[in-house]
Amino acid sequence: MFFGIEWDTSSQWAFAVSIFPILLHGLVVTLQATVVGFFIALILGLILAALKSAPTRFIRWPAKLVTEFIRDTPLLIQLFFLFYVLPEFGLTLPAFLTGALALGVQYSAYTSEVYRAGLEAVAKGQREAARALNLASARAFTHIILPQAIPRIIPALGNYLVSIMKDVPVLSVVTVLEMLGVAKIIGDRTGGYLIPLSMVGGLYLVMTIIASFGVRYLDTHLPKRGLSLK
Amino acid sequence: MEWTSYLAPLSQGAWVTVQLTVYSTILGGICAFVFGLGKLSHNPLLKGFSVAYIEIFRGTSLLVQLFWIYFALPIMGQAIGLDLRFPPVVAGVVALALNIGAYGAEVVRGAVQAVPKEQYEAATALNFTGRKRLWRITLPQAIPEMMPTFGNLAVQNLKDTALVSLISLGDLAFRAEQIRNFTQDSVTVYTLVLFMYFGMALVLTACMKLLERYVGRWRAAGG
Repeated sequence: MFFGIEWDTSSQWAFAVSIFPILLHGLVVTLQATVVGFFIALILGLILAALKSAPTRFIRWPAKLVTEFIRDTPLLIQLFFLFYVLPEFGLTLPAFLTGALALGVQYSAYTSEVYRAGLEAVAKGQREAARALNLASARAFTHIILPQAIPRIIPALGNYLVSIMKDVPVLSVVTVLEMLGVAKIIGDRTGGYLIPLSMVGGLYLVMTIIASFGVRYLDTHLPKRGLSLK
Repeated sequence: MEWTSYLAPLSQGAWVTVQLTVYSTILGGICAFVFGLGKLSHNPLLKGFSVAYIEIFRGTSLLVQLFWIYFALPIMGQAIGLDLRFPPVVAGVVALALNIGAYGAEVVRGAVQAVPKEQYEAATALNFTGRKRLWRITLPQAIPEMMPTFGNLAVQNLKDTALVSLISLGDLAFRAEQIRNFTQDSVTVYTLVLFMYFGMALVLTACMKLLERYVGRWRAAGG
């Protein structure tokens, strides 16, 4: 029994049908962790990107080093680090939030590069033209640069959203009951790993196929020449 | 306990991580070429199999794949009368290689498709056989284009090896968890381990850069 749902081991088919709602409980947690982790990654990445383009190298270089460090170390170790070390500094978060934070930290290194690459891809002539037209630099950024960078940034961020979803199972090691963790426990208790683990694989395939259609839709339907922010 | 006493068991674990990374990256590279070229093949069977492999391994999570190979495959083997129980190290290397190979296969496909069409036409005009065209014309131009992404994938693979600790393989992540359980000294252990992974990633990046420079010479020779 799990989440109050009994499983039926009378036949393999009945077993699969009976554990499906249990896996859906896990799926909801997986999606929640994905969204919260993605949201944290978007914000931390923005902060990192801003620091990496700071006017002084005493900020730029440490920010680049931190990005590199985050990107070159495993999510699992970062997760353990946050899980065991934060409480020693008096910050005890629920396992779910610690996990989402670890995902957010890991992927902030990637999102910060997406922001930077998106902004740099805007043709230099656009900046020069904005300056020639005597636009203030803040206004040039919000009205000229950003609207053209966003259509490049969003699909790339979408790809990382999918990557985050695929990394959520790592959170099961700190007792977050996401889909794979749930399937593993069902397997541990019944001895039948094949059906639950295969179902998780199948559900993941469905989710990533849907998500990749979404990303492709965004990629083709966002106006290439810029998105008006008004 | 002094932190220096952690170094011996941690470097034992690090050595396992290095071996896992090397084996699975090489095996993954082979998968990448086989299935990347397979996806471009005109043989529908080979093409279909390659596409299915790439979609399945890119579309699901590495940890799902690792658990499936380690926990579920033996049960399936039992059902069909085969012994598919693998020791953790084999399951780990195979899962890592198949996973990174699927990402690499897309890189191989992209780089091969990016070779200008005129190159194929010229090779055909010069009466090259299909195999000779692949080895002498296509790959020498495509491989240098793959290298920067392969470098990233290798580092990705190094990071992914940490997951094999979850099927009780004694790599760096596993040793760290053991020491933490024993000493409760999480800050020191995990700081040390983060820096060890970072160091290994820097060395791996440098190695991939050297390899990139080496195959970069083919571009001039093949052009």
